[in-house]
Amino acid sequence: MKKFTYTEKKDTRSGFGVGLLEAGRSNPRVVGLCADLIGSLKMGDFKKEFPERFFQVGIAEANMMGLAAGLTIGGKIPFTGTFANFSTGRVYDQIRQSIAYSGKNVKICASHAGITLGEDGATHQILEDIGMMRMLPHMTVINPCDFNQTKAATLAIAEHVGPVYLRFGRPAVPVFTPADQKFEIGKALLLNEGSDVSIFATGHLVWEAIEAGEKLAEAGIDAEIINIHTIKPLDEEAILDSVSKTRCVVTAEEHQRNGGLGDAIAQLLARKAPAPMEMVAVNDSFGESGKPAELMKKYGLSSENIVEAVQNVLKRK
Amino acid sequence: MPDINKLKQIASQVRRDIVRMVHGVQSGHPGGSLGCTEFLVALYFELMEHRSEFNMDGQGEDLFFLSNGHISPVWYSVLARSGYFPVEELATFRKINSRLQGHPATEEGLPGIRVASGSLGQGLSVALGAALSKKLNNDDKLIYSLHGDGELQEGQIWEAAMFAAHHKVDNIISVVDWNGQQIDGPTLEVMHLGDLRAKWEAFGWEVIDLPDGNDMEAVVNSVRYAQTLTGKGKPILILMVTAMGKGVDFMEGTHKWHGIAPNDEQLEQALAQLEETLGDY
Ligand SMILES: Cc1ncc(C[n+]2csc(CCOP(=O)(O)OP(=O)(O)O)c2C)c(N)n1
Ligand SMILES: [Mg+2]
Repeated sequence: MKKFTYTEKKDTRSGFGVGLLEAGRSNPRVVGLCADLIGSLKMGDFKKEFPERFFQVGIAEANMMGLAAGLTIGGKIPFTGTFANFSTGRVYDQIRQSIAYSGKNVKICASHAGITLGEDGATHQILEDIGMMRMLPHMTVINPCDFNQTKAATLAIAEHVGPVYLRFGRPAVPVFTPADQKFEIGKALLLNEGSDVSIFATGHLVWEAIEAGEKLAEAGIDAEIINIHTIKPLDEEAILDSVSKTRCVVTAEEHQRNGGLGDAIAQLLARKAPAPMEMVAVNDSFGESGKPAELMKKYGLSSENIVEAVQNVLKRK
Repeated sequence: MPDINKLKQIASQVRRDIVRMVHGVQSGHPGGSLGCTEFLVALYFELMEHRSEFNMDGQGEDLFFLSNGHISPVWYSVLARSGYFPVEELATFRKINSRLQGHPATEEGLPGIRVASGSLGQGLSVALGAALSKKLNNDDKLIYSLHGDGELQEGQIWEAAMFAAHHKVDNIISVVDWNGQQIDGPTLEVMHLGDLRAKWEAFGWEVIDLPDGNDMEAVVNSVRYAQTLTGKGKPILILMVTAMGKGVDFMEGTHKWHGIAPNDEQLEQALAQLEETLGDY
């Protein structure tokens, strides 16, 4: 197992904030919108430097999505900022009709995704957003794994033409990907080559997968670990290549099992290369208040759960 | 005659509960909770006819809906202090495996909660639905709902407001916590609400001004007056001016305490200003 190290922990939302500021500096067409969550979304620096290109919309997310769609007419590149719940479920039809169906170049940037937002509880912990967003035609869905990758992804989506859902989170997590990485939308990243099992992980679960890989290595299991930062379009080639070698799969994500990364990969494999598969995800329940680490354990999203899933899938090989 | 002094004593204890709960888990929303303490205390200890043996349908009872769900600490404290669940349970606020979720929820079965809230802007619609249900059931008790002023920026509020007048939902008293603050700053700077009275009147509501929503006697009198206006074909709105963070000097009147917890030292400072009247949990 390749060694992964980190020197600090940072929140992925701060990677977004830094990336947005940089995107704003290099491209005057970039504009920001926020629904009364500037601090939480880390959009303050962008607002300060580009006040004329920043719009506070108040607590009115549906309006924000419509405004963003309109801003693209005339060439602006709007980045909307609010919590993941209010970026998706709250405004699904606005996104569907005015952004996705209309092919608008809007970047929907969503913080506090998943269960790790912690104490605010289930009303805010959306675990269905990847599913909702990846069901929409034309939509690109990205869930980066750490601060550096979120910054790089933010810069990449500013260059990309078309609607994008960028999902990130609140807790500080290990920063282990390179600071100067180039983010390629739709390109899976091979983190560790292995031959026994393919672990496909996204977002915060990528680090858990690495920790799981280390534990598995101690037990003599050689796991291939792949970071699927782009859930749509899915890097089918990378997934099929890996599975043709390992012949079994574990997926890991901070999302419902229904509709998430695991579902997307299961669909691909069912069509092209059926293989035994286990999914580490929330199993059809809402979250609750608690500390992020406690919740990851209770809802089965920790590295131990990935190890267990690998052990189970190997028995089915 | 209401015993205003007794209500004030309860309010002091509720404020202690709020800061202790938020401090205990180092998260939650003290600002709006402290500002709405008089209202919630008056409602549960004086104004509403309600039963602490909780029943979801609440027939023959007045019902309350908290639309600005983030101020759960004040509601939980008032519910516990009026007998819906043990006061000791306040210590579990926002902790794992608790019934006292960060935002009010029905999932864990906490007595007193009839619908989840926290995602803003949805509560008026639900409250109106419950008001219609009461009418269909020939139940003459009332529905109360509370909303943040920032929350009024959500369009759904105004869809509900239009519905209420059109359908003459006159068994509801809705209250706006007009503290002039929201997360990113004063509402005047974030998104100006304009002439609120004129807006609600234009939507067909009977509007009552409550210029000091932190004056217990004024709160009681204002809601009592609102009660006399129900049943006359119009929904009732109280514009209740409050101070965010009321009762703790360093939290008062600023959005900075919308959603952060006091540290140990700040907790001591806060508690020194709030008399313990009913015993801390
Ligand atoms: C739909 C939705 N958008 C955003 C939020 C995040 N949020 C929580 S409280 C709040 C500010 C609410 O302001 P106000 O209603 O005035 O309450 P106060 O701050 O005065 O307690 C915001 C934006 C939310 N909970 N729901
Ligand atoms: Mg307010």
